[in-house]
Amino acid sequence: MARVSLSGIKKNYGGVEIIKGVDIDVADGEFTVFVGPSGCGKSTLLRMIAGLEDITGGTLTIGDRVVNDLPPKDRSIAMVFQSYAIFPHMTVRENLAFGLTIANAPKAEKDAKVAEAARILQMEHLLDRRPSQLSGGQRQRVAIGRAIVRKPGVFLFDEPLSNLDAALRVDMRMELAKLHADLGATMIYVTHDQVEAMTLADKIVVLNAGIVQQVGTPLELYHRPANLFVAGFIGSPKMNFLKAKVEAVDATSVTVGSPDIGTLVLPKANVAAAVGDAVTVGMRPHHLTLGGAQDITGRVVLVERLGNETLTAIVLASGQQIIVALPGDIEVMAGQQLHLATQAERACLFLANGLAA
Amino acid sequence: MASKFTRSNRTGWMMAGPAAALMAIFVVLPFLFAIGLSFTNQRLISPNPTQFVGLSNYEQLLGVGVLTLAPETDTTGAVLRDADGKPSYPSVRSFTRNNDQYPQYDGMREWFSFGLGDNQVYVLGRDIVFLKALVNTVIFVLVVAPVQGGLALGLALLINQRLRGINLFRAIYFMPVVVSIVVVSLLWRFIYDGNSGLLNNLLGAISLGTIPRIDWLGNPGTALGAIIAMSVWQAVGFHMVIWLSGLQTISPTLYEAAAIEGASPWQTFRYVTWPGLRNTAVLVLIVITMQAFSLFSQIDVMTGGGPLDSTQTIVFQAVERGYGKQDISGGSTISVVLFVIVLSISLIQRWLTREKK
Ligand SMILES: Nc1ncnc2c1ncn2[C@@H]1O[C@H](COP(=O)(O)OP(=O)(O)O)[C@@H](O)[C@H]1O
Ligand SMILES: [Mg+2]
Repeated sequence: MARVSLSGIKKNYGGVEIIKGVDIDVADGEFTVFVGPSGCGKSTLLRMIAGLEDITGGTLTIGDRVVNDLPPKDRSIAMVFQSYAIFPHMTVRENLAFGLTIANAPKAEKDAKVAEAARILQMEHLLDRRPSQLSGGQRQRVAIGRAIVRKPGVFLFDEPLSNLDAALRVDMRMELAKLHADLGATMIYVTHDQVEAMTLADKIVVLNAGIVQQVGTPLELYHRPANLFVAGFIGSPKMNFLKAKVEAVDATSVTVGSPDIGTLVLPKANVAAAVGDAVTVGMRPHHLTLGGAQDITGRVVLVERLGNETLTAIVLASGQQIIVALPGDIEVMAGQQLHLATQAERACLFLANGLAA
Repeated sequence: MASKFTRSNRTGWMMAGPAAALMAIFVVLPFLFAIGLSFTNQRLISPNPTQFVGLSNYEQLLGVGVLTLAPETDTTGAVLRDADGKPSYPSVRSFTRNNDQYPQYDGMREWFSFGLGDNQVYVLGRDIVFLKALVNTVIFVLVVAPVQGGLALGLALLINQRLRGINLFRAIYFMPVVVSIVVVSLLWRFIYDGNSGLLNNLLGAISLGTIPRIDWLGNPGTALGAIIAMSVWQAVGFHMVIWLSGLQTISPTLYEAAAIEGASPWQTFRYVTWPGLRNTAVLVLIVITMQAFSLFSQIDVMTGGGPLDSTQTIVFQAVERGYGKQDISGGSTISVVLFVIVLSISLIQRWLTREKK
């Protein structure tokens, strides 16, 4: 068990700066998820923590040691890869015991630790199989087992579920959550899938283009995104962004307006905006409701009925399209006009520079 | 989807056709001819009609016998000894020439002999030159296969790195492969020259003249070794490239997983690299073995089988018989024997290196 601290971490490939100064603190026993779009540098960051990539600048601390220049094996970490990276010619048992084998551990110790990991992951019956005889989920379980046997201070996961099919991914996600609860170990988990991030994390780090966008609990990110990027990235379907102008500002509220949304009074205190400023109003699809005050009117162009909810795409007067998630199974048809109510207290407001007000 | 391409194979046959036809004309047909001719007394140019002679060519080629001779005794039964105290034996010739009591030894010559107690055991052969060629070829294969395969693997490991200018090294190691073996052999004749050869000069310079000049190719003790060294050097680049392609099929994440577990370079080779090269190893071994068995050009250019038959080889003998002595049936018989040897060894190698279930 260990805390991890990144301070001013940078990474260059050749002349290209990929990670541009990252500060993150991961507390002991915390499940932290790095999330961001493909290519934003999540894996690079994780591999720097693991010691698989050199650190160009900054300080990396694991436990209370600066580990910038330590080889991977001395960092008290274990890593699980997207492609499993289990040794194809070894049985599951040999894979689990690999680290002990190369450390020349006695057989009794190997057997005990392998048995414990197999018990935790419920794969005692697979121990004598070879990877080619396992399903994807079982292979990933072997990789996780190999990590458990190391008894690391920090578990590192790089998109471990991305190669699994959707149903299995949900199962494995729950198992990982349970594993974290059982072991109480520090875990750093990289994914591009914000659902995984929301469900697993104690703390989410949103990355974009090598820069930390926001750090917080899943619900903080959902309800109070720090900027347009986080607002658009977290939550599914995506938050709707509507252009508007500031019409009035006072100490406790902002009044914004546009042809699409009419006039809206947002209960936001001390907003640094002046009348006439261009702003963006963010509304989650789930925060729009049918009927009521009838703030927004538009024509339905697409309907997805999922049973538990109904997703509709609506075109507003300006031609902008927004998504609305209506609870339950509702009879809506393309072409139909819909009148929607907004919930001003749940709307987000972003200033011209993209930051939340 | 796949069915159209796998079931309708007319196009496939047409594409494979030209190559298959050429193979049939220049490989399969001559091979069948060779089998047929090996049962006849066909000569390259002869006024006499060809006759079917059954297996007599094979008997002539492979016939061996063992003759154990007791020392000569005087009338009292005491062993007769020569001036040096060694027992004297009846002459082998008296058994192999016109001796009606031992028709099985008729026409044989002494291959080698060894003492067994007081007796002397003579191993006789009908075709001593061929037997020497057989032994030389086997020695050549037994040395070249492991040495060339091992060196090629070493080079492949060295050049399988991301270093600046690594392609230069790849090109240099591969260069001898693209130079004609005849040219290489001519060059190495200069290197091995007994007077002013490069090798002698080099050894002389290193040892400050204490190593005497050796006529590497003119000395029965060194000629085969010299040809082995030169042959290993010439083709090592080819097998290096095969190993390299095998190395590049091993997933880099396996190496990263091993690094995280703390594997040393040797352990990484043993547990990751070598198991991943299994199929490549089988291929390299079989290819080297086949190539080594067909040793010819070096012999033809450098020694012509000499000195004292110390560099005779099977293929050199086949050519020498068939064209030099115009004994086509004898040459064909040698070819068929070589085919059987190589086929058996390949099958044995495949069986030994099979994937164990
Ligand atoms: N070895 C490398 N050399 C050069 N560029 C790299 C290398 N590895 C990754 N990159 C670049 O760094 C960026 C971040 O990559 P990565 O960390 O793998 O992203 P992701 O967030 O999808 O895991 C990408 O733009 C990628 O092209
Ligand atoms: Mg990645």
